[in-house]
Amino acid sequence: MTGTIEVQTERHPAPYGSPEELRAALLDAGLLVATRTDGVYHRSGEFEGVLQAVERYAADQREDATAPRRWFPPVMAREDFLRTDYLRSFPDLVGSLDVFSGGDKEHRALLAELEDGGDWTTHLTPAEVVLSSSICHSLYGTLPTDVPAAGLLTECCGFAFRHEPSLDPARMQSFRMYEFVLVGTPDQAVAHRDAWLRRGRDSLAALGLPVRVEAANDPFFGRVGRMLAANQLTAELKYEVVLDVTDARPTAISSANYHEDHFGLPFGLTTPDGGVAHSSCFGYGLERITLGLFATHGLAVSAWPDEVRSTLSC
Amino acid sequence: MSSSTVTATIRTILAEHARLGTDVSALSDTDDLYAAGMTSHASVTVMLACEDEWDIEFPQQMLKKSTFASVAAIAAALAELGVGEQASA
Repeated sequence: MTGTIEVQTERHPAPYGSPEELRAALLDAGLLVATRTDGVYHRSGEFEGVLQAVERYAADQREDATAPRRWFPPVMAREDFLRTDYLRSFPDLVGSLDVFSGGDKEHRALLAELEDGGDWTTHLTPAEVVLSSSICHSLYGTLPTDVPAAGLLTECCGFAFRHEPSLDPARMQSFRMYEFVLVGTPDQAVAHRDAWLRRGRDSLAALGLPVRVEAANDPFFGRVGRMLAANQLTAELKYEVVLDVTDARPTAISSANYHEDHFGLPFGLTTPDGGVAHSSCFGYGLERITLGLFATHGLAVSAWPDEVRSTLSC
Repeated sequence: MSSSTVTATIRTILAEHARLGTDVSALSDTDDLYAAGMTSHASVTVMLACEDEWDIEFPQQMLKKSTFASVAAIAAALAELGVGEQASA
């Protein structure tokens, strides 16, 4: 589409051999604390301190100081979630919330089922909220539907949930991103994605991370998903800024996505010429960048290069 | 079904599902549908509508952007699957 984004495929030597080796090192150092569930971790004070420094650093990369900033809770409206069509593309990653809305009688039935070792969740009903499928998904339903000629730029930060239990610490089920989202004309959306891909890559390289840009596709589900993934690659809709954290595979620590009209259409967002608005976003993966910093510069922040600590103010 | 009927049906499917920026009747059989505004997600909807219409399943190697790039490309893919061949038989 642009033909000017420098995609590299040559790998760098990685500091860790495997995700399992990285996980063991992070747990031994106390930076992450494992829980009963694969892919769900507690973060130590040192880890969280770096993550918050990365979040501030990401936010500081803004060029337009007038863009509003929003921090989202980890849940979003079910209605907005359904409009994103996420169920069609990623049913295997969804986290839907159930709640109890009965009275005393229904409560007793629930507890009886629990004591009998039965499925107590059948006594719950779907809530009006779901776990956020992606950060920007929470945004679109709250934007004015008449998009101004200059486009709408918003910065968003929050948690996303993906149900994919894994022992790879880079594949957490619950993680945060800091995103720069633009809604506007197709040309504005592509220009935003491309400009941010370069700015994002350079800002990560400035942290001493040997990053590179790769064309990428989302893990769309099933047979239809394979066509969507192939289309996404062919149309150059998605790029990732990747880092070699382990020898197993490159780790995407940020991504730049052009959504075409995928969100503008269901959320009724229109441009002044009457067209359906297109959108794009650049997202800094906060946990993954933090993991990348520890993997690259060492497990103790005190031993990191001075310039990295100074750039991050940590 | 003749190949001209197949082409007409493809155009009906495109009018309903491709979300083109222009009227499909204004496009020639070889015009690029993506250039005319068909998105990646819309092309998948077109693919599924073709499968429903002719009770076929596109094989894995055909599930790519170029298969659905024009009316002619879709007709050629369908012909490979035996749709519209009666006319030449």
